[in-house]
Amino acid sequence: MRTPLDNTVAATPPSAFGATKQRTATVRRRWTKERATPYLLILPATLLILLVQIGPMIAGIVISLFKLTRLYIANWANAPFAGLDNYRVALDFSTPIGQKLVQSFLTTLLYTIIVVGVCWLIGTSAAIVLQRSFRGQNMLRTFFLLPYALPAYASIITWSFMLQRDNGVVNNVLVNGLHLFNDPPFWLLGNNSFVSMAVIAIWHRWPFAFLMILAGMQSIPEDVYQASAIDGASVWQQIRYITLGMLRPVNFVLLLMMFLWSFNDFNTPFVLFGPTAPPQSNLLSIHIYDNSFLNWNFGLGSAMSVLLLIFLALVSGALLLWNRRSQRA
Amino acid sequence: MKSRFIASATLAALVLGSVAGCASGGGGSSSDAPKVITYWASQQSSSIPTDQKLLQPELDKFQKQTGIKVKLEVIDWNHLQDRTLTAATSGVGPDVINIGDTNAATFQATGAFLPFEGADLQAVGGKDKFVPVSYQTGGAPGKPPTSLPLLGYVYGLYYNKKLFADAGLTPPKTWQELVSDAKKLTDPAAGKWGIAIQGGSVPENMHFAFIFGQQNGGDPFDAANKPTFTSNGIVAGVKQYVDLIGEDKVANPTDAQSNSGNQSNSDFANGKAAMLMGQNNVEAALAANGMSADDYGIVPIPAPSPLPKGGKDVGSFVAGINISIFKNTKNKAAALKFVKFMTSKPEQAIIDKPYGALPAIKGGTLNFSSNPEAIKAFTSILKNNSVPLPRVDTFSAFTTNVGSAMNALMAQAATSGSVSTADVKKALQAAQDQMVAGG
Repeated sequence: MRTPLDNTVAATPPSAFGATKQRTATVRRRWTKERATPYLLILPATLLILLVQIGPMIAGIVISLFKLTRLYIANWANAPFAGLDNYRVALDFSTPIGQKLVQSFLTTLLYTIIVVGVCWLIGTSAAIVLQRSFRGQNMLRTFFLLPYALPAYASIITWSFMLQRDNGVVNNVLVNGLHLFNDPPFWLLGNNSFVSMAVIAIWHRWPFAFLMILAGMQSIPEDVYQASAIDGASVWQQIRYITLGMLRPVNFVLLLMMFLWSFNDFNTPFVLFGPTAPPQSNLLSIHIYDNSFLNWNFGLGSAMSVLLLIFLALVSGALLLWNRRSQRA
Repeated sequence: MKSRFIASATLAALVLGSVAGCASGGGGSSSDAPKVITYWASQQSSSIPTDQKLLQPELDKFQKQTGIKVKLEVIDWNHLQDRTLTAATSGVGPDVINIGDTNAATFQATGAFLPFEGADLQAVGGKDKFVPVSYQTGGAPGKPPTSLPLLGYVYGLYYNKKLFADAGLTPPKTWQELVSDAKKLTDPAAGKWGIAIQGGSVPENMHFAFIFGQQNGGDPFDAANKPTFTSNGIVAGVKQYVDLIGEDKVANPTDAQSNSGNQSNSDFANGKAAMLMGQNNVEAALAANGMSADDYGIVPIPAPSPLPKGGKDVGSFVAGINISIFKNTKNKAAALKFVKFMTSKPEQAIIDKPYGALPAIKGGTLNFSSNPEAIKAFTSILKNNSVPLPRVDTFSAFTTNVGSAMNALMAQAATSGSVSTADVKKALQAAQDQMVAGG
């Protein structure tokens, strides 16, 4: 089995490129049959994955270039080409659409920072506590993982019942039990809705951080701790320099994943508030849904999705680059 | 890193694209009518199984008469629009579908529904069998309708007779009286409120923006069908409604969160609220909550007096459920037969009863209530106090944007205690700009 590349390389007369002889040889070595076989074997799978992963992205980009409104949804092949108009509308910050997008972006950013930060903090603390073995360790570990094991939909619905103003458990405890408020507060309206949404997301996702960090800790050898103890390191120093130091790669992947999940979070606000979230909790994904499915403007919705995609790709790329550099240093 | 939305929306588009290729070839052939059609019914009772139980015997009867089997799916209101939209986009959907008449002109503009004209209109029994004002709701003026009236509804003001009598009050004839009565009947400490509303419901909020806007002389669209959400009349109308929680404080602030009829119906039935603005089918919900028809009275929703400039003494619009056929149905003949069946006099008389609906056809039996007082009140409201909704293809954007803006205003009223005219105007301006810019 010869690849086309093999042919071209073989056909190049070596003498014509005296200076690049060395490189040609390397290329030839790289593309021997043996080396190409594994790549050829995974080629069909790679193509399929690309189709599933990249295909929709391209389709989204294409849709964003058309004026695909309610007038064209039945025969969308006739939707007029809009060029970058949808992007212009989305990014024109002098209009309500642009302003709402910025507001939604900032809300989402704040939400992501809070959720990822707190999840990581609780996850790390819990993992450190459970690092050493003690009685009931396994039970506690299982207990900690429960929120993550519950289906998101069911748990968020339960939260929404608990957070009802007049007959929710939360207000029952705060108002009737502890008498902290005279007037029962709203938990699903106004600024409190943001707090409720963040708390629910943290409650649901911190066990994942905990699980990842706990797994990472298994690979830290016990003798490093013993050696540092002999050198007189305090517990804090051990945590800071050994545990966190050696968990760096785990933490990096964990934070990146949680960042992407939170930034794209749809389930939490949608199940909690329904299709129209309070303005204070209007995350980007809900905002895009709103533009696409409630206002029936798929072109504009797709343009916003593409902008979100570009932003997330840039942030992820920058983080990966930074991580690689700092690992080399 | 991939946005889930791009992924899902476009994957759907891709899949649907390939499917639409097959579906668009269909068209309506009538020679060899297939024996099975699909019907998406909107949820009209308190639960989906109840609807299924109510409709199934009628579908069986239809099958016995014509040999056509109808596959039924009942869809709740929170999903009906999404599902309809997906069906319209993909070309893959049911043959026959229920829609809310507020969406009729918008759905018509998509071009996904069969226009009832010529032989198709004759096949369902012709234009003249329908109540004219209901028939008008089928689409934009001057175009053949793409939906036909199935169930008719209007709004009325339900009041608790005992609570009113105990307080020495008579049912309100003006909006000012409604508010002052409500104030007298409100006692937050005892959990008693003058009126129950669904402040968190987008469609309900839009309904009242329109009704109260009309009372104050406002129209959401001008003669050229351009949105005029910030006209003084609409602003005043929205404020009039939001003030029930805000300035007047006669509705439970918790109602700002309520997005279905369940809470308000049960609060009214249990005497926690003395009044309720609801359509004629609310009667069934009240009965289900244990309230007897003798315990409440029904009057038109009153308007401010004297009427503001340009204002109309209206208490409702002609609301209802319409029935449509998807254009690319492969079973057009069967679908038309089914629509004819559902809008026939005997069937209307049967389904109007459990659904508490006014007949959509001329000379239909007034079967929607066993309560003579209710029948008298609602037929009078339909005749004297109701206006048709604007039949504009962008109407669904009015629903979405103004309805959501009002959700936020209700939330503001509930949490901060008041909403100013400037707040209302700003919110409506944003809703209008969003609609214009979004095209």
